[in-house]
Amino acid sequence: MTTTTLRPPARPAAPAPTSRQAERLWKASPLTWFGLVLGVLLSLFPFYWMIVIASRTNDAANAWPPPFLPGGKLGENIQRVLDNGDANIVKGLMNSFLVSGTITVATVFFGSLAGFAFAKLRFRGKNALLLIILASMMVPIQLGVLPLYILMAKLDWLNTMPSVTVPFLIGGFGIFMMRQYAEQAVPNELIEAARVDGCSTWKVYWHVVVPALRPAAAVLGLLTFMEQWNQFFWPFVVLADPSNPTVQISLRSLNTAYFADNSQIFAGTLIATLPLFVVFVIFGRQIIGGIMEGAVKS
Amino acid sequence: MSLDLHRAAPSDRNRAARHAQPRRASFNRLDLKFSPYLYVLPFFVIFAVFSAYPIAYTVWIALTDRSPLNSTISFVGLDNFVELFTNDPQFWNAVVNTFGMFVLSTVPQLMLALLLANALNRRLRAQTFFRMAIAMPIITSTAVVALIFSMIYAKDFGLVNWLLDGIGLDPIDWRANRYASWFAISTMVDWRWVGYNALIYLAAMQSISKDMYEAAALDGATRRRQFWSITIPQLRPTIIFTLIISTIGGLQLFTEPLLFTSGAGGLSGGSEGQFQTITMYLLDVMNQRFRWGYAGAVALVLFVLIALMSLVNYLLARRISSDK
Repeated sequence: MTTTTLRPPARPAAPAPTSRQAERLWKASPLTWFGLVLGVLLSLFPFYWMIVIASRTNDAANAWPPPFLPGGKLGENIQRVLDNGDANIVKGLMNSFLVSGTITVATVFFGSLAGFAFAKLRFRGKNALLLIILASMMVPIQLGVLPLYILMAKLDWLNTMPSVTVPFLIGGFGIFMMRQYAEQAVPNELIEAARVDGCSTWKVYWHVVVPALRPAAAVLGLLTFMEQWNQFFWPFVVLADPSNPTVQISLRSLNTAYFADNSQIFAGTLIATLPLFVVFVIFGRQIIGGIMEGAVKS
Repeated sequence: MSLDLHRAAPSDRNRAARHAQPRRASFNRLDLKFSPYLYVLPFFVIFAVFSAYPIAYTVWIALTDRSPLNSTISFVGLDNFVELFTNDPQFWNAVVNTFGMFVLSTVPQLMLALLLANALNRRLRAQTFFRMAIAMPIITSTAVVALIFSMIYAKDFGLVNWLLDGIGLDPIDWRANRYASWFAISTMVDWRWVGYNALIYLAAMQSISKDMYEAAALDGATRRRQFWSITIPQLRPTIIFTLIISTIGGLQLFTEPLLFTSGAGGLSGGSEGQFQTITMYLLDVMNQRFRWGYAGAVALVLFVLIALMSLVNYLLARRISSDK
């Protein structure tokens, strides 16, 4: 009783403050802006620093105080890396394109096929199989690294690209992501209609499911390519011979040189990052959308 | 004529259809029954050959003294595990290092990501720019991150030591000192992953109803209070998810400490093994000492540790947020 009698006077005025308050609630305070700008600067600085050192002579790179502005030696340093006989970075780049490209195509194809099966087809043992796929995502490669290495030796794949390609042609993540997407993006009625028209399962996949999955397939392809391009642990184990590296292993060779030539190392990191930088500039929105969407669903 | 044709055509088709029907029906049945298995088969072939079989083999090999240097393989039971648990200080040193760096990187990483996400969740101009900028580190490989930060943490001409000098502090030998090396490596991990985790948190924050915040604000709750009483509890599943992902990744830490040493011999993780992680030790045992049976035991224990830590983190995250 008392509350009801106390409140009314405040009520007429309430709506206006509410919306203004809501307005204020989502406004960024100066502190928020400060934090964000600081975050952005810290995120971007190492990229800038990469260019600074990669464009200096090694002497200028190792100076006190450190240099903060780019110099004019970028082309020269890049040329030195490309010519470096220990790093074989040109070969490394080609290998990385080949390996990452193959895995990306395979992952999108097999992932969408299996994702479709798990989302829309009925078959016995489906849930158990899905559980195995989920569990496989939790297992680190280190667990089986030794037998896998022995297997590669037996197949005569050591120091060749199949060793870093074939085991990763399709992983649990790709299937799971495509399944989540197919579940909501492919209407059951459409599949039924295609069946009535006499479509086989393959034709349903090709004519109904693939068009519907295209946006998610693009994101999966981007994420897979980025992940594979940056692989280090397993290539380090099986590509011990520096004459046939992936680009990340080329970087490792630059770093193990007896004399640490920082401007050359940084030019190397620049070369190794450039392809993904281009991808990110063109498809950044999709990549970010993919990361955020994956988060909501999982 | 035309009438005949018309009449003839359907009957032809009917006859053809009658013939085709059983074949077609049986194809349909086979298609419906076996296509799904065919579609999931590629994964299971790859999984069986390159994951399941090696894992099973690891269990077997860990019970032997197999080595490329031995001509015979003998079964040694649990000897490898006994040695690992009772007589291998280097392994336990690696365990301590790995956990130290895991905690040192994960806790600030997820807290910074939460703060950053909370900031990005405000009404901002240039949202896309901010998101792209903080996500950008994920395009770099761990090798690139390690190489750039190795120079930032260089002893003689490094950026951080120059900054320290600027505020009147002594330079730090980031590789020689144990905790300094942990700190340096943790910042490498964090630089690459904070933005990624912030995007994940941001996605989760955007799915929280705005009404809750407005109601809380009407009741006089400050922003800080709203963050702790609404945002954090609502984000619980997401926090658990990121914690488990970070645990799996963090306990496998390898590239950053490996490349923190320039020159050969990176696997030893510093002169005294001060930043050698479990994975580095695993490769050390496997490829430098050629004790394959023992390496199998190391790999199994690493896996058990990851599983245990994931479970602990899961329980912890559940407790913490439900207390609020």
